[in-house]
Amino acid sequence: MIEQPNLDYVDQLAGDDIAFRGQFIEIIKTEFPLEKEEYFGHVTNNRFKETAEIVHKLKHKFNILGMQDSYKLAVTYEMELLKGNQDSKSKFIKVLQTIDEYIKTI
Amino acid sequence: MNCIIIDDEAMARAIVKQLCSKIPNLDVIEEFDNAISAIKFLNQQTIDVIFLDIHMPGFSGVDFVQTLKDPPKIVLTTSDTDFAIAAYEYESIVDYLVKPITQERFEKCIDKISNLPAHKPAQPAATGNEKDEGEDLYINIDRRLIKLKLNEILVIEAKGDYIDVKTEKEDYRVHTTLKKIKEKLPERLFLQIHRSYIINFTKIIDIEDNSVLIAKNVVPISRSNRPELMRRLNLL
Repeated sequence: MIEQPNLDYVDQLAGDDIAFRGQFIEIIKTEFPLEKEEYFGHVTNNRFKETAEIVHKLKHKFNILGMQDSYKLAVTYEMELLKGNQDSKSKFIKVLQTIDEYIKTI
Repeated sequence: MNCIIIDDEAMARAIVKQLCSKIPNLDVIEEFDNAISAIKFLNQQTIDVIFLDIHMPGFSGVDFVQTLKDPPKIVLTTSDTDFAIAAYEYESIVDYLVKPITQERFEKCIDKISNLPAHKPAQPAATGNEKDEGEDLYINIDRRLIKLKLNEILVIEAKGDYIDVKTEKEDYRVHTTLKKIKEKLPERLFLQIHRSYIINFTKIIDIEDNSVLIAKNVVPISRSNRPELMRRLNLL
């Protein structure tokens, strides 16, 4: 089963700063769909280097959302892409779908 | 203590800003989503600390560090520990923080910075210190010495055992190397921007990502020479 995202890190960072929490959620709701779209744009067209770049960006979000296993998967996938293969593609897409669902709930 | 944040990701900038907000006497005075904008800012402002994302598309954090003439203290922020190796290649890099950055680790970093001597901006170089270079250069073509005015040279290109000297009036092919002619050219006017090209810096019309336009010549910029070129630009 794929691990689930959470806001533990953000909550810890925010403390009782509700404004920061709100700002963070707003950013992730804006940035994530755009980056996901960029990812699919590149991966569909087999642009490996560009795909690796956007995977690099996305993996940072995995980390912030407490998804350490998904982060490790993204690290592997990024390396694969730079070598011209993408064995981890389907697993990576599942992570994106999981986050996509999650951010609709926050 | 004041600082700026450079990161192409809004989320990462927000996090560093939040971490800074919990440190007394640490003011974030600006944030940038790219390093080029930060260079322009740093030309006008004195900063104590830069929180710098090392992995940015186009102009990376390392390119940025190489560009700075008088860098303040720099803290790298990275999601790859591998990049941390770069941290110790530059004196100005005082720490690196692996994302996601915890408050505890951030505070340690600030403690470390606070215990370092304050950054003092370099004094402007004394005028008249520059080597007094001649304004002409004689090139030997078919046993004839031809005088070139240095300020009319546009681009010099290596061509095997020869170099092509392109000037405003005429082009010349000379039997020598780029290395030899470089030694004869004043640094205030000329800059090597590629293994095969030296340009007259004052003749640049515009600069795109990886090339410079000089008259009608599009000259490539190599990755390793790009930071020096950016450093020499009088960016607005």
